Amino acid sequence: MTITINHYLVVSFLLFSIGFLGVLVRRNFLTILMSIELMLNAVNLNLIAFSRRLSDLTGQVFSIFVITIAAGEAAIGLALTISFFRQRKTLDVEEARTMQG
Amino acid sequence: MTEGVLLSGGAGWLFAIFAALALASAIAVVAARSPVHSALFLLLSFVLVAAIFILQQAEFVGAVQMLVYAGGIMVLFLFVVMLVNPGVTRAGKSFQSQFDVALVLLPIFLLPFLYILGTEKLPDVPVKPDAFRMVGQRVVGNTEAVSWVLFRDYLVPFEVASVFLLVAMIGAVVLGKRSLEKMD
Repeated sequence: MTITINHYLVVSFLLFSIGFLGVLVRRNFLTILMSIELMLNAVNLNLIAFSRRLSDLTGQVFSIFVITIAAGEAAIGLALTISFFRQRKTLDVEEARTMQG
Repeated sequence: MTEGVLLSGGAGWLFAIFAALALASAIAVVAARSPVHSALFLLLSFVLVAAIFILQQAEFVGAVQMLVYAGGIMVLFLFVVMLVNPGVTRAGKSFQSQFDVALVLLPIFLLPFLYILGTEKLPDVPVKPDAFRMVGQRVVGNTEAVSWVLFRDYLVPFEVASVFLLVAMIGAVVLGKRSLEKMD
């Protein structure tokens, strides 16, 4: 089976869409964070594929930066999750409506 | 089009299997009711994407993905899942009320991507087989090649990333501390 850049782009696109859908539809704070991680992972897949296609290592370096950002984002997000849970006794994001007006 | 081939033969089939499994476990992440199941499927998805990276000769990024994502971030996720009461998270509906609207709007929103994929012509440069292992003209390992680019061309972004991690660490500590004070 011959794999070109288009196969990579389609896989990455589907992975991103699944993560995006997860952010849109899930109520659980933790699952939304996991969906964001899925989206970042899809971007990494794209970076690596283009890096290989264009024979340029810059894409790999950038995917390392993306992984760094994902680690920081997970740490902050999980701290927010714990803070939210301590205040509301739930993880349902629809409970977060203090600023709904 | 032979110049644009990234993988062929058995490696291509391996890519297809890994990609299909990664997509299936990504769907399971979004669909699973329990956050513990979501976290474990997310771990599976990360491992499969790391396998795709290694298939693409990006061994260092694959290893970093395994260490940071599968090792660090997932442990953090599972830790928080265990910390909050699972009975509370499982109760009630798991999808928001705008589920149908999101399902309809998502394809419309993402349609431009498919248009670009169908029409855009990529530069037709040949794929160099050893490009990920070269420093100048020497063939070395992928790790050495990546670190040459990282520390020679991207040293300032690297330092900025370390400052970012420091800020994230301080932020996480402050957020966690505040919630502890609220509890007393």
